[in-house]
Amino acid sequence: MSWLLALPVVIPFLTAVFAFLTRQSPLGRWVSVGGSTVLLVASIVLMNAVLREGVIAGQMGQWPAPFGITLVADLLSAVMVLITAIVAVAVSIYAIADVDEGMERLGYHALFNMLIAGVVGAFITGDLFNLYVWFEVMLIASFGLLVLGGRPEQIDGGVKYVALNLVSTIMFLTGIGLLYGMTGTLNMADLASAVDTADQRLLTVIAVLFMIAFGVKAAVFPLFFWLPASYHTPAFAVSAVFAGLLTKVGVYALLRTFTLIFDHDTAFTHTILLWVAGLTMVVGVLGAAAQTDMRKILSFHIVSQIGYMILGLALLTPLAILGAVFYLVHHIIVKANLFLIAGVAQRIAGSTELARIGGLYKSAPFLAILFLVPAFSLAGFPPLSGFWAKFLLVKAALDDQGWIIAGIALAVGLLTIYSMTKIWAQAFWEPHPDGVEPTLSTLSSRDRAAMLVPIAGLAALTVFIGVMPDPFVEFARASAEQLLDPSAYIAAVLGDQP
Amino acid sequence: MEFLFAITIGVLVASSVYLMLSNHLLRFIFGLVLISNAANLTIFVAGRLTDGAPPLIPEGADAPLGDIANALPQALVLTAIVIGFGLFAFAIVLVFRAWTSLNSLTPDDMRLAEPEEAHK
Repeated sequence: MSWLLALPVVIPFLTAVFAFLTRQSPLGRWVSVGGSTVLLVASIVLMNAVLREGVIAGQMGQWPAPFGITLVADLLSAVMVLITAIVAVAVSIYAIADVDEGMERLGYHALFNMLIAGVVGAFITGDLFNLYVWFEVMLIASFGLLVLGGRPEQIDGGVKYVALNLVSTIMFLTGIGLLYGMTGTLNMADLASAVDTADQRLLTVIAVLFMIAFGVKAAVFPLFFWLPASYHTPAFAVSAVFAGLLTKVGVYALLRTFTLIFDHDTAFTHTILLWVAGLTMVVGVLGAAAQTDMRKILSFHIVSQIGYMILGLALLTPLAILGAVFYLVHHIIVKANLFLIAGVAQRIAGSTELARIGGLYKSAPFLAILFLVPAFSLAGFPPLSGFWAKFLLVKAALDDQGWIIAGIALAVGLLTIYSMTKIWAQAFWEPHPDGVEPTLSTLSSRDRAAMLVPIAGLAALTVFIGVMPDPFVEFARASAEQLLDPSAYIAAVLGDQP
Repeated sequence: MEFLFAITIGVLVASSVYLMLSNHLLRFIFGLVLISNAANLTIFVAGRLTDGAPPLIPEGADAPLGDIANALPQALVLTAIVIGFGLFAFAIVLVFRAWTSLNSLTPDDMRLAEPEEAHK
């Protein structure tokens, strides 16, 4: 079965190679779209196999675990790979209209597919050092994408992004070294039992080191400052894929390690996470309220929403983990979509600065409806996906007697509505300050299709999850059970060993 | 031996934190190089230090005779060095671009992406 696990990593890798070779011709973008589509098919096949057979593990190079590098797909990994593939397809289609030839010649499509390979690799690996390597693949590709084009704002944002992420990387590496020194293994399934005999106090120190390293990647308070400094500067296709996927790799890594390995002293570690979750939600949403640019508002909302997912992890009850998994999936779709819509607004109205645009509802009603779906979903309106995600998490908090954190989660939801209303009122409702009426017909028919089809697709997915939440909640429940009782995961990796 | 390494790592981390906190990007990069070496040394020591025992298995045997040096941390460190090299190459070029296009290497002056007067 290991070829099934390797495929989602190999496909974007090969696509990147082909896209690099064809970067001088318009063929590159079709290579990218084609590669993403094949990735989507592979991830559906993988998802099917995981649903049918449970956790799948494969040993690379036939070295048995825990000595070789293991690839594992449980339900969480499989759904993350699937959602990555969906975003990859959407963004690679969108890029046809958004990414100009200059960026294509510099290798945009190759970097994009390399980024996807890194993200998928991080989701599917079962080895901590290998996770570090995938993080680096992802990072170096994202560095390139962020500064591609080389406008001064991009360089400015890039410096902050690169600096803080490199520090996080080094903390991660130090944590890996210390954990290896203590337990003698880096295989995550093996670590789950190996840490039981280690010095528990030292283990807590290492856990906090990992928490900080992944916390920077996930952009939690107080480690998120690189995100609003950089996410509004690159091309829209780039910031959409960053917004959708990058921070979520950090959240995934936290979810994985703090349920599988570092669950020895939850009274300490998960209490920190709870504080972090609350502060992240509040600071993120207040930061968004102070912004006047669509992309900056949305960037701060990424931070705020990450808080909800961390809240699920911090509570560590089956319902809370269920909510976190559901939130993760919902958020990736919605957030990527909002950035894509901001890109259309920029193209037809000339800016994403709210004071300089307007009138989109009157002149581009179709875009307005497409905006309302993810915006309301983000704020948590029923019957969209965000409502169920927030409902599950708030219910989990209430069941756990976390009145305050549940109150914070609800209040942050209200403030999210405020920000979304602000975008709606200024960009869509009020007349354009220059008196022009921005319409979608200013786009060429090719660009219009390339931009609106992915947006409409992602919006349809949001509505679909919202109207039919049952199978998704069931799935998230099964996935939460696997996370909280990792015996199936461990057995799949280590085989019959005790 | 571990003691010596611990002191070295401590000094490296201390000086790199000092460098990284100074208000100059080039110093920040130097600090980053130092701290990444500290991390590499940490991994190296974590694999236990064994004196003069190469990890070789004699011909005909299935397992090494006696204690040998742990080869795995060396492989890990080597990987980390290669990755770190790539990242620093990028970071240095980025800092150079920041110098040419922003005319400053002082992070406090770099407010182009986040102007302080955002509301005007």
